[in-house]
Amino acid sequence: MIELNDVTKRYPGGHEALSHVSLGIAKGEMVFVNGRSGAGKSTLLKLIAATERPTSGSVVVFGQNIGRMRRSGLPYFRRNLGLVFQDHKLLYDRSVFDNVLLPLQIQGLTGHEAGKRVRAALDRAGLAGKERARPITLSGGEQQRLCIARAIVGRPQLLIADEPSANLDEAYAGEIMETFRALNQVGVTLIISTHDQSQAQRYGGRSITLAEGKLS
Amino acid sequence: MKTWLALHAHSFAIALDRLRRAPLASLISVLVIGTAIALPSGLYLLLDNLGKATADAAPRTELSVFFKLNTAEAAARQMGQGLQQQPEIASVRFIGRDEALRRLERLGLGDITAGLPGNPLPHALILGTQDSSPAALARLAETLRKRPEVDRVKLDSDWARRLNALMQLGERITWLLAGLFGLALAAITGNTIRLQIYAQRDEIEVARLLGATDRFIRRPFLYFGGLQGLLGGAAAWGLLGLALTLLRDRIAELSTAYGSEFALTGLSWPDGMALLAISGLLGLLGALFAVAHTQRALRID
Repeated sequence: MIELNDVTKRYPGGHEALSHVSLGIAKGEMVFVNGRSGAGKSTLLKLIAATERPTSGSVVVFGQNIGRMRRSGLPYFRRNLGLVFQDHKLLYDRSVFDNVLLPLQIQGLTGHEAGKRVRAALDRAGLAGKERARPITLSGGEQQRLCIARAIVGRPQLLIADEPSANLDEAYAGEIMETFRALNQVGVTLIISTHDQSQAQRYGGRSITLAEGKLS
Repeated sequence: MKTWLALHAHSFAIALDRLRRAPLASLISVLVIGTAIALPSGLYLLLDNLGKATADAAPRTELSVFFKLNTAEAAARQMGQGLQQQPEIASVRFIGRDEALRRLERLGLGDITAGLPGNPLPHALILGTQDSSPAALARLAETLRKRPEVDRVKLDSDWARRLNALMQLGERITWLLAGLFGLALAAITGNTIRLQIYAQRDEIEVARLLGATDRFIRRPFLYFGGLQGLLGGAAAWGLLGLALTLLRDRIAELSTAYGSEFALTGLSWPDGMALLAISGLLGLLGALFAVAHTQRALRID
């Protein structure tokens, strides 16, 4: 499903975030990307999500080479992904329901069917009954779950989560990881970056470790 | 098709929501745009009304020939018949002195002659000419002036020509003002949208990451621009209507005093619709310009 071949990413200014990384991820896998801050975890995820392009090498996702993808094709590619951000990236002036509805609106889906899917996603993320609430009134864990609900409402094949449990206490982090495991059990491929090397063992996924931009 | 409609409905709803969320700012913008559009539209309306009022006085090439007071009606009519035979004369109309007095009275100016012992008005001929060039008219007037029974020859089209020239100048000024205020409308809308784009950068970034296309991002701003322009046009229409209501009675009084039935008329439905369409289009153009200018803010990748 995902193939990285000899990928290097160098940012303007010369900082090399990833160096000659080769990696394959099969459909239905749950992969934890471990490493310290600055190890290149976020860059790896950004390359897979096509928000960055590799300096050299190739990143192939769903059979499409990200580096060669035209700009106009990126939005349609991203609709197959679910993205969970460390800083949530929620719209605080909209309700919980409207935040989750946004990916469907982008795809042109509205009305009864969209409402049904939003409620199902909120239910799966454990936020049923909070549809009308504003994100600001939710706890940190609930905000992260809202971010997950938004990521899964479009029924993505691949879910990418950048340090989803950072800044959360252990109980909330556990809830989030359980939600991910449940999603993986229904066939969603997951790539999760984390500082916590024990998570892969705890939740039964594959662990890869990055150090100074290289796989170790 | 259903998806396309859903996307447009969504964009329209966002644009409406943006107007609704800042009611005071929206109202001020709409009023500023409305006032900017009302000025050239008001001038257009004024010219249109003036045009209707002076429609009868369109620049016809007519000469009025006034006879000396002691000229007999038969002699005056005979001269008219003679002129009718000349090739440069297109039409001849005889107005006897009694008819002229009756006309004066109908215009409410009978008081002027009431105190006089008799009818002070002469017989007159109204001549239409084949050649309307100033030289030909001057030549004909000069010939007629030499006739012993003729007291005075007057070129009737002079004032109408001057009025027409003034109206044409007014028309030019209207278009110039319309252009300038149209530019102002586009600039106001464009600036509002530019600020909106910067204020909503986070939202745009999130939408981008979730798979929004350029069109999805731009569309609500374009709808907003069009809507704001449209509402500005409606405000201008309303302001013009209000101004006409306030002026109508006074103008009617003035017209009656001059024996005229002239009454101010507002924008016709086709003109009003054109005003809305043009203002909406200008708002859309302003939005297009703003979106193109802040393209970088809209692009995350």
